[in-house]
Amino acid sequence: MTRTTIEVTINGMRYRHEVEPRLLLVHYIRDVVGLTGTHIGCETSLCGACTVLLNGAAVKSCTLFAVQADGAEITTIEGLGEAGQLHPIQEGFWMKHGLQCGYCTPGMILAAYQLLQRYPDPTEAQIRHGIEGNLCRCTGYQHIIEAIRYAAEKLRSQKV
Amino acid sequence: MAKKFVGERVPRVEDQRLITGRSQYVDDIVRPRMVYAAIVRSIYAHARLKGINVEAARRAPGVIAVFTGEDVREAIGPVPVASRLPDLKIPRHPVLAVEKVRYVGEPVAVVVAEDRYQARDAVDLIEVEYEPLEAVVDPERAIAEGAPILHEEFGTNVAFVWQLSGGDIERAFRDAEVVVSQRMVNQRVIPVAMEPRGVVAEYHPGEGQLTVWTSTQIPHLLRTQLAAMLGLAENRVRVIAPEVGGGFGSKLNVYAEEALVGYLAMRLGRPVKWIETRRENFLSTIHGRGQIAEVEAAVKRDGTVLGLRYKIIQDVGAYHQFFTPGVPTLTGLMAVGPYKIPHVHFEVTGVFTNKIATDAYRGAGRPEATYMLERMMDRIARELGLDPAEVRMRNFPQPDEFPFPTASGLAYDSGNYSQALRRALELVGYEKLRREQQVLRQQGRYLGIGISTYVEICAIGPSPALPFGGWESATVRVEPTGKVTVLSGASPHGQGQETSFAQIVADELGVDLSDVRVIHGDTAIVQYGIGTFGSRATAVGGTAVYGAVQKVKEKATRLAAHLLGEENVANVAFEAGQFFLKDRPERRLTFQEVALAAYLAKSLPSGMEPGLEASYFFEPSNFTFPFGAHIAVVEVDPETGEVHFRRYVAVDDCGRVINPMLVDGQVHGGIVQALGQALLEEAVYDENGQLLTGELTDYAIPKATDVPWLETDRTETPSPVNPLGVKGVGEAGTIAATPAIVNAVVDALAPLGIRHLDMPLRPEKVWRAIRGA
Repeated sequence: MTRTTIEVTINGMRYRHEVEPRLLLVHYIRDVVGLTGTHIGCETSLCGACTVLLNGAAVKSCTLFAVQADGAEITTIEGLGEAGQLHPIQEGFWMKHGLQCGYCTPGMILAAYQLLQRYPDPTEAQIRHGIEGNLCRCTGYQHIIEAIRYAAEKLRSQKV
Repeated sequence: MAKKFVGERVPRVEDQRLITGRSQYVDDIVRPRMVYAAIVRSIYAHARLKGINVEAARRAPGVIAVFTGEDVREAIGPVPVASRLPDLKIPRHPVLAVEKVRYVGEPVAVVVAEDRYQARDAVDLIEVEYEPLEAVVDPERAIAEGAPILHEEFGTNVAFVWQLSGGDIERAFRDAEVVVSQRMVNQRVIPVAMEPRGVVAEYHPGEGQLTVWTSTQIPHLLRTQLAAMLGLAENRVRVIAPEVGGGFGSKLNVYAEEALVGYLAMRLGRPVKWIETRRENFLSTIHGRGQIAEVEAAVKRDGTVLGLRYKIIQDVGAYHQFFTPGVPTLTGLMAVGPYKIPHVHFEVTGVFTNKIATDAYRGAGRPEATYMLERMMDRIARELGLDPAEVRMRNFPQPDEFPFPTASGLAYDSGNYSQALRRALELVGYEKLRREQQVLRQQGRYLGIGISTYVEICAIGPSPALPFGGWESATVRVEPTGKVTVLSGASPHGQGQETSFAQIVADELGVDLSDVRVIHGDTAIVQYGIGTFGSRATAVGGTAVYGAVQKVKEKATRLAAHLLGEENVANVAFEAGQFFLKDRPERRLTFQEVALAAYLAKSLPSGMEPGLEASYFFEPSNFTFPFGAHIAVVEVDPETGEVHFRRYVAVDDCGRVINPMLVDGQVHGGIVQALGQALLEEAVYDENGQLLTGELTDYAIPKATDVPWLETDRTETPSPVNPLGVKGVGEAGTIAATPAIVNAVVDALAPLGIRHLDMPLRPEKVWRAIRGA
């Protein structure tokens, strides 16, 4: 199969690879680049486990080809924060028990990231709507909502 | 004074790796020279296999090998079933189909290729020749005259008939003033853990060892079974459950692919990875529920329930999986619920159908029992013109009657059922809501209040009640520096026991939470254990940890006495991580000093072994019986049939609470899974056995927008079954909430004369019921 060269910036690092045109972005991120924090739950863009930020927008990386991300800047969960330097959203999920098995969590956190950019002080309904495309089978969503509220408050207080 | 952790809302210690994307699930594991497997699955529900042409696939780019059922039938033993019932029919269940296929999604062949895309490409090149047979999808049809037979050797589709009787059911119906009966369908639902199943296997020829990483809830039980299926010594199989992305019972099993991928790794001499697609997850990971029930209640006009008669058909599916036949027996055991009902008769007929097996799904048999009984309590109240809360109150045993012996042969450990219901009624403002309901009904609005009071059977369970052991194990290992490593035979996968077990240990040893590390899920590291299911990890596994830590304390105290020159061990106290003499408290040693002394072993009491660790296998004397009361308040839109939540109140009693935040999380998640079954979810097959709800597009698990704010509260009645007093909470929400929601909807529609609706109560069904009323 013919291969195409792409250049992608992921979490501030530049990558250049030859890929098959049919390679899904999520497989590129996981199998080629080796960042496995982005998960695959359905490969049909319905569950949201593979959500990443592409040029600042939350997208489901299972329904994009890697070649479509050529030239893009991507943020995955690994780029958001790390132990000891958690992003406020990650901290919110930790403090409010916003995760159980953790499988949907990276995608959920990145969906929350976009949500909080749109609504710095979201209502419960706005939060529910904002994470509607991300499925969680463990938490019943309530602690996720509390986690996002925690993050919203912390982010607002950091801005002041 | 050392900080106390038990009872506190301690943030989870496992979260750092999960929220930063540094955890490792099966698909994150990469081994040198690893190859990928993909599985060809039956497209027919029932067919003879006439031939499989694999030549084109073998020649495809990157393909290393292709195997069919004929190729592996001698090499890999059948998929096992652990549960046993009298006269249980156990068909041979090959890992790859031989001669016949019996459900859509049954594995037929496997392809191994250099990468996952090539493996999937090659699957499409395999030509399977089928001779289609008539499929049996509806379990009632399966036992009707002339139905096609799945397993010819039995001459019937009946897999088992199991009965349970207590008291004298005939007398109950003779004495009845009113008989209330109802047919109810507890539909098949699909677990949909967010992480599909997956297996990586690697064979180490030098050691003759097979390592299997798999997304499982039962690594040790699986190891024993894989060794048998593959003809290996058990101590040459290492099963690792890495991070597991949700189970809900669907990974409490031994699956064909787990043995198959292990076989491929040995046969090909290369590590092999297989990751289930979501479509495969819908088709070939176990389903839950699937019961059709006729229930009859013998009652008195004052609401006293004298007896219950159940006749149930359990949809088994095409083959048994690990616990398939055992699940409906739990329905039978819980058939009288939280009520003092002296007479019961329960009969379940398990029926083979051309579908994937049903097996344990969050609650496993108990949600079915609670659903039937709580629907019946509402039906009884309606029939007698009584308030549904009052009917329940009238039938509860009183707190002084515990341990309470049930007609189904159990002894409920402890409880105060009316207190939980009273609390829920207060929280929701029941009297006021009933008045408002009357007012709204005058205006043509449909407000419904649904109550569910439940008791569940947890901490599964004493060994005699299980096909394998029902105990759990723990090792508490104090390292020379005084850090504490806990090896638990339980295998948590999101429930948070790395935290709750550390809380228990930190309190007992007076060390900080960060000094304790909990390890689980690796059979090469952890002593044999049973696993995480049946709300058992804390009540049984946590008690094992507690037991082991007591042994450690006992030894450390004897050593401390020796080091302090005290002959009378009883004169040594241990508080807040310090050993000291009761009569001379200035003579003291830290826990860390004693730990180091145990390893340096320069001066030990005569006969004492060096080192400081202990194992404990806890065998519970009984199950535990958490209970509670849930109330759903909904309004039904008569124009659209939509159900809108107004309130949801849950009062749960899971005994003593180690970490309230984790308990809340379990309750929330459980309620929402129940909401899914009540309102949204259903495995729909067509008459040919094709799963129509085989993707997330068609099978609706609850989204954040489907769910109301959940108001949770607790009562706390400790269990006398274990020293921690804990009961378990993993399944409570799923058990309690389904009937609460359905009762609310039916209550809303009561003015229309609607007495029952089968789940799921999707808008179309509700709308049709309203139109038809």
